[in-house]
Amino acid sequence: MVQSKRLVLYLLPLTLFVGLTLLLYSELGQDPTLLESQLIGQKIPEFSKPLLMKPDVIITDKDIHGPALLNVWASWCPSCYHEHPFLMKLSAIQGVQIYGINYKDQRADALKYIQDQGNPYQGIIVDENGRLGIDLGVYGAPETFVIDKDNKIVYRHVGVVTEGVWESILKPKLLPAEVTK
Amino acid sequence: MKTSLLSALLLGLMIGLFFPQHHAVAGIEVYPFEDSTKEKRFLKLIEEMRCPKCQNANLAGSNAGLASDLKQIIYEKVQKGESNEEITAYLKQRYGDFISYNPPVKPSTWLIWYGPFALLLLGGWGVFHYVKSRQPNNKIANRLDNASEESIASSMAQQQLLEQWENEIPDVLDPSLASDLKNQKIEDKFL
Repeated sequence: MVQSKRLVLYLLPLTLFVGLTLLLYSELGQDPTLLESQLIGQKIPEFSKPLLMKPDVIITDKDIHGPALLNVWASWCPSCYHEHPFLMKLSAIQGVQIYGINYKDQRADALKYIQDQGNPYQGIIVDENGRLGIDLGVYGAPETFVIDKDNKIVYRHVGVVTEGVWESILKPKLLPAEVTK
Repeated sequence: MKTSLLSALLLGLMIGLFFPQHHAVAGIEVYPFEDSTKEKRFLKLIEEMRCPKCQNANLAGSNAGLASDLKQIIYEKVQKGESNEEITAYLKQRYGDFISYNPPVKPSTWLIWYGPFALLLLGGWGVFHYVKSRQPNNKIANRLDNASEESIASSMAQQQLLEQWENEIPDVLDPSLASDLKNQKIEDKFL
């Protein structure tokens, strides 16, 4: 009785150590600043914003038709320049629609960005005051949302979309039928 | 050429020294309130809410663009008369519980709410048992008490014995012999 009690006591530090090691190891290499979107499973928020290319045309959430990607970008965002060439490639793929959200940008800078780098977007929504971004829970560009055919948010990727991110995460979520084929 | 560059640098340095707040002024945001209770609520809210961009700062302490946007939204909502609950719900809906430095009590946050108390209890339990194990148990204490009584009693008996022997030593003997004899007897007894 006393013996087993002692054993438990002596094993306690080891158990705590192993537990803590496993906990910390599982988090190792993950970016702790990444936040999961709170809007998974919800429809995209209502909005009514002008288009970048046609500022007198107002686009609303009803004009968005999923499945699609919503890509939050800005000309002041260095990573967006890095991401852009891959978005150009993506937009050429059959069945991939990308909507751009030009987040808190200057119109002239945004237009120059598109002129210089090309336009992969179905339409570019101008979010000049960032309120649409806040409704989407955006906390830094670039961010990319996957929405399904009912305009419900399936996934949010924070950071640059690369070939690897597309193949392993976004593509299966955007085009599930395509992947299983 | 060289001197003009140097003097330009010096001038810049002097301006910097004499007007150090020069560029800080641009970053100060003003949120005017007429109602001081609303102002207090606003200040408390931006104190309690985390900036999702620079994640170890609260909104009050952050200069990120997103933080000033969120402060502006909170300001507008407080001015409109929305309650603290409505405003925090608005923010949590978009950024999750993460945004609050005062997270709600629920299973996933039990560890941070109750963890320290659990550790305290565990530590207290450990200390209690340690102290208890260090205390001499009663049986041993009694035996020690008896033992010391015995030793006192036996040393008293020896004293009496010594006195008795001294009396027994014959007076006729040479005093020096007598003391020798006495020592002899003591040695016999003890060695």
